[in-house]
Amino acid sequence: MGNRWVAPKRLLFSNSIKMDPQVIIIGAGIAGLTAAGALAEKGHHVLILEKEAQPGGHVAQWDRLFPSRRPGSEVLDHIRKIMDGRVEIKPGIRINGIIAHDQDFTVLTEEGTSYTGQALLIASGFRLFQAERKEEYGYGIYDNVITSAEVETVFKQGKKLLTSKGTLPQRVALIHCVGSRDEKVGNLYCSKVCCVTGVKQAIEIKEQLPQCEVFSFYMDMRMYDRHFEELYFEAQKQWGVQFIRGRLSECSEAPDQSLIIKTEDTLTGRPLRMIVDLVILLVGFVPEPETGKLVEMLGLSTGEDGFILPSDEHYNDNLTTVPGVFLAGAVKGPATISNTIADARAAALQIDSWLKTKP
Amino acid sequence: MKVEGKRRIWKDYQKEIADDRYFYVRSCVRQNFFPASEKMFFRILKEELGKDIFENAAHTTCSGIGYHSDVVPFETTMTMVARQFALMTESGYQNFTTSCITSFGLYTEILETWHHFPEVEARVRENLKKATGREFDKPSNLSHASDVIYKFRKEIGEKARYRLVNKQTGQPLRCVEHIGCHYSRMFPGKGVGGAEYPYVLAGMIEEWGGEVIDYPERRHCCGFGFRQYLIQANRGYSLSCSKKKFDSMAPYKPDLILTNCPGCPMFLDRWQYTLSEMEGTTYGENGQGIPVLTYEELAGLVLGYDPWDLGLQVHQVPAEPLLDKMGIPYDSNRKFLNRDGQSMGRPKAPSFLKFY
Amino acid sequence: MKDFGFTVQLDHSIDYDAKDKRMMRYVLYHEPSLDWCIGCGSCTATCSAGQFTLFNIRMAHTLLRRGETEKLKQELKKCMFCGKCQLTCPRGVNLRNVLLRINRAIELFG
Repeated sequence: MGNRWVAPKRLLFSNSIKMDPQVIIIGAGIAGLTAAGALAEKGHHVLILEKEAQPGGHVAQWDRLFPSRRPGSEVLDHIRKIMDGRVEIKPGIRINGIIAHDQDFTVLTEEGTSYTGQALLIASGFRLFQAERKEEYGYGIYDNVITSAEVETVFKQGKKLLTSKGTLPQRVALIHCVGSRDEKVGNLYCSKVCCVTGVKQAIEIKEQLPQCEVFSFYMDMRMYDRHFEELYFEAQKQWGVQFIRGRLSECSEAPDQSLIIKTEDTLTGRPLRMIVDLVILLVGFVPEPETGKLVEMLGLSTGEDGFILPSDEHYNDNLTTVPGVFLAGAVKGPATISNTIADARAAALQIDSWLKTKP
Repeated sequence: MKVEGKRRIWKDYQKEIADDRYFYVRSCVRQNFFPASEKMFFRILKEELGKDIFENAAHTTCSGIGYHSDVVPFETTMTMVARQFALMTESGYQNFTTSCITSFGLYTEILETWHHFPEVEARVRENLKKATGREFDKPSNLSHASDVIYKFRKEIGEKARYRLVNKQTGQPLRCVEHIGCHYSRMFPGKGVGGAEYPYVLAGMIEEWGGEVIDYPERRHCCGFGFRQYLIQANRGYSLSCSKKKFDSMAPYKPDLILTNCPGCPMFLDRWQYTLSEMEGTTYGENGQGIPVLTYEELAGLVLGYDPWDLGLQVHQVPAEPLLDKMGIPYDSNRKFLNRDGQSMGRPKAPSFLKFY
Repeated sequence: MKDFGFTVQLDHSIDYDAKDKRMMRYVLYHEPSLDWCIGCGSCTATCSAGQFTLFNIRMAHTLLRRGETEKLKQELKKCMFCGKCQLTCPRGVNLRNVLLRINRAIELFG
């Protein structure tokens, strides 16, 4: 079909100057932006509704991406170049209702506006696990317990990683599996990206602070994707990062605000105690709470892990049980950026095919 | 340290504590080691707070000490507990409060068991009926005596004649709070403040002017437990647990240790003596040791009761340095006199620990 | 000092900061490939000495890296230097040199 886009019938009789979008995308993170660009390239009219003041999602806050440690801004810029000028993004939007009509959907916002589209793409992503919930780690209580997200912010601002007293840390502990694979916080799943993030940050810390000892405490090293295992080897070989297999069980503060950590050194079968200057918690993914409202509004279903279930995990991974409602990205569960970009493009293709079948 | 972080967690673990009409059950061992504590609890509740607190003379041990030492089977323990509940019902009370923390843990455990396994509860009712002819209602509120003092800490604070403040320096006293393992570890929701940062004792300390000390081995068990110390040769294990705690808290220079279990203060107090005799190590300043108090003793001190009426003379680690710091007067001559003014004899002085 | 019939027990945990790390540093300086170990255990599984004694090469070099070296001298006497461990290591750790260096470190610091 060579049409650029087919105007919905209703529009021909509408008094409004604005055209209804064909596709409404909820979420202007990397999934939403990628899908928007792909759809725009195919000639569709796309509108993105974003709850934050700025688009870009989580990637906009990260410094460098694994495994190559290239800047996240490069990826974001590339994606945005594809969709710039062709896609409208409305930031600061809170959705409080979605009405599914016979042929289209109307999205109602708290601001009092409404938008109607023929297809809906849910790309509302994820949130990071709130580390305070792991009470025994002391996040929010002990000054030198921080999260991986905070480390990214420090690096992105071009600053040095410092202790709460402003000194250079002599020893840092990275803790894997915070908020993931943990029955106590109700998240049994693996968040997939934290292990390689931990390895990446370990290298970045060593790069910035060669004199600092870096220890990573893991349960398993999930180095599943291309170049991940090599990155792990590089961390050991080139940078001297020490990996100790054992999960952090408790964190306590010493009088000088350094931290005493207790783990088991499972490879020697002995409990291990160590004093570190900084504890970095590699927090995992949890479902974005706002997505829960969308699930209710549309009658979708979530898995036991709380993320949205697609219509089929293998061959209809971007579809839901509701025709016209599609999924892309981490709204379905933990995903890497490469996964998400590929997934968003797949979703765009599915949406394009589906729109072409409509009268 | 950001205390707001802890407060956020404390808010998540709140529990219902009854505010009057308590049915009280005693501890097996507390009256031996801390003779005045339970009596003080009665006195504080009745005279200071005007509450109704009652104990039935026919009540027994909950058998927790036997259950945890593997000498009493669970079914027997449950039946003994059921009898305690029956006495409560017969006496016309519904709010159960225990002196011992292991009892508290045990009663909680049993009520949870009956909640999930009603057939077990039915069997226990039958056992009790056959054995004693008694029937019982489950308590509508179960709390530990320290929960009750916690609940009324503001009222006690208002009547306080002394604060947890060092009279000479004006600084708040540095207090270590130590919770009995059975209080909240098994059921974090049943303890004020949860298991990780329990608040029941911290709340008392804060309300009465002290400063709570966080130290690395805060969570560690004192080593009391049961079966590990019943046999003398095993006691090294228990001793080592307490020693680990002492070594960890020493750099923070605590002025006192506050506990809510009968066993913990007994160990934390006595083991300081044992360690000093075995190794010559003492904690605290100038070999004084770190005084260990139960919450009733601390409430009593704060309210202005005479330290010897509170039973502080039988503590192994002398309480005099603490009394001096708080500015509480005491008559050293009366220390080892009984209520009739007769001498009880004088204990021998330890080799290294200070003795007054 | 009095004897009450029991003793204070030694702390069983590895206090990383309290250990003498000279042997560890010596071995790692001369054979940095030991840092590449991922604890897979192939070395121990194939070890000739490990088949007939309680000698566990993976445990030995992991303990070395924690500074736990008291038992190392006794344990290392069991090693035959057959080289099977090095043959099988997926990370390419030069285990024979590690073992030789541990022996030397024992002479120097043990």
